Amino acid sequence: MAKIYFSEEHEWISVEGGVGTVGITEYAQTQLGDVVFVELPEVGASIDKGDDVAVVESVKAASEVYSPVSGEIVEINEELADAPGLVNQNAEGDGWFFKITLADDSELDDLMNREDYDAFVEGLE
Amino acid sequence: MGDTTSEPLLTTPLDALHRELGARMVPFAGYAMPVQYQGILHEHAQTRERAALFDVSHMGQAEIRHPEGVAAAAAAFEALVPGDVRGLAEGRIRYTLFTDAHGGILDDLMVTNAGDRLYVVVNAACKHQDFAHMGRHLAGCEVKTLPDRALLALQGPEAAKVLARFAPEAAAMPFMSARALDVGGIAVWASRSGYTGEDGYEISVAADDAEALARRLLAEPEVEAAGLGARDSLRLEAGLCLYGADIDATTSPIEAGLAWVIGKRRREEGGFPGAEAILKQLAEGPSRRRVGLRIEGRQPVRAHAEIRDAGGARIGEVTSGGFGPTVAAPVAMGYVDAAHAAPGTAVACDVRGKALAAQVVPMPFAPHRYFKG
Repeated sequence: MAKIYFSEEHEWISVEGGVGTVGITEYAQTQLGDVVFVELPEVGASIDKGDDVAVVESVKAASEVYSPVSGEIVEINEELADAPGLVNQNAEGDGWFFKITLADDSELDDLMNREDYDAFVEGLE
Repeated sequence: MGDTTSEPLLTTPLDALHRELGARMVPFAGYAMPVQYQGILHEHAQTRERAALFDVSHMGQAEIRHPEGVAAAAAAFEALVPGDVRGLAEGRIRYTLFTDAHGGILDDLMVTNAGDRLYVVVNAACKHQDFAHMGRHLAGCEVKTLPDRALLALQGPEAAKVLARFAPEAAAMPFMSARALDVGGIAVWASRSGYTGEDGYEISVAADDAEALARRLLAEPEVEAAGLGARDSLRLEAGLCLYGADIDATTSPIEAGLAWVIGKRRREEGGFPGAEAILKQLAEGPSRRRVGLRIEGRQPVRAHAEIRDAGGARIGEVTSGGFGPTVAAPVAMGYVDAAHAAPGTAVACDVRGKALAAQVVPMPFAPHRYFKG
C-alpha cells in the first residue's frame, strides 16, 4: 500500500517498496497554469534531496521542481514529452514526473501528510 | 513581467468584474491586472478562433491639441517621433516610436489624427515619462492625459461582427482607422487596431461606462474575457515588439526591424530625436538585427537565453520567447549579429546549459489577419 507525502515546494511522493513516484501537486498545477513542457532528469542520475531535478514550463514561465528525497532516478514519465497537459489534467496521477529509489527513508519524516499539506496550502491563500 | 515595488496597486475600472469572472490578478506596471481567467491556452485559442475582450486600461491615453488645429499639433509631434504624422489623414492611426538623441527607443505608441486633436496611446510602464516628455517638448500644444478613460480591446475574427451588432458603422472601418461610435447608448472612441495579429478594436470609453460596455460585449456568445498572459503569447506569435523586452533605449528602430515606421519624408528631412544616428544606420545597415526563431522540439526558450552560431560562438540574445499555442511550437525573438540574421540560418539557444537547435525565420509566426476591407 503506497503512502503519499508532500513537500513545502508542492511536490508529492508516493512511496511503495523502497521507490518513490514524484510529481507536482494539484495546487501547484493550478498556480502554474497550462503546462507546455516538462524537462525530466535522466534515468540513472544520482540525486540529493532538494536538488532541482526537473523543470516545468507553463506558457508564461519556467519553474524548478526539487526532489523531496535522495536516491537514484529509475524511471521517468515518457508520456509527458508528447502530452505535458497531463500535469494539468491529473497532477497527482498520470502527470507524475519520475520514480526514484529512496537512499534514506528518514528523509520522509521532513515531509507532510495530506492533511498537513492541505492546511499548509490553505495558509498560503 | 510584474514589478516588485511596495506601492499599493492601482486598479482599473473593471477590477470588480475581473474578480467576479475568477481572474488571477497579478501586479503589472503598478496595476492589479488579470493574467488569466480560464487559462492562457484557452484564451489564446478563443482570440484566434472567435473573439476575446482584454482590459488594457492600464495603458496611457492622451489628447494633444494646438490652438491652430490638428495640423499644427501633428507638426509639433514630429519633433518626438520618426513617423509621418503630418501626413496622417483624419481618422487614421499610425504606429510610431518616441526616440532619444542617441537613436534609442523611449517607447512605442499609437497616434491618431482625431480631427481636432491627436489621440495617443502609450505603454503603461512608460506613461508618466511619456506624458512628461510630451508636455516638455510639444511646443505650443496642450497635452491632456485621460485618466478617466478605460481601454478595452476586442480582438479576434468575430470581433467585427460583434461590435457591428451594436454599432453597424464598426464593420466597414478600415484597419488602422478610428472614429467615435455609439455602442448601444455608450459613447466610445473605437480604433480598428490591436496587439494580437487578429482583426479587432481598441475601444476607449469613459471609466464610468467601462463595466457596462464590458458586460455588454461579454454577453455576446462569441466573446470571452482574456488576460495579459494570452495577450503576450498572441503578440509574440504576431511578431509584435514588447517595450522593455524587445525594444528599449539600447535598441534602435533599425536594429528592431522597425525602419518601416520612418516616413519617406522623414528619411529625407530628419528632424526627430536621434535622426543622425538612425538614418546613418538605415543607410549602412545595423550591426545586429531582431529576428524570429523557431526552436526545434517542444521546450520553450525564454528572454535572456544566449543565441549561438553553428560553431558555438555567442551571436546574440533572446528578448521574448515562449510556447506559441497557435503554431504549436516554441517561438522566440531576439537580436543576432547581422551576419546571422538571414532566414534559414541555423543557430542554437542555451537553456540551462543545454543547446537547443533553432532556425532564424521570418515573422510573424502566425499570419496577421487584419481587416482588408
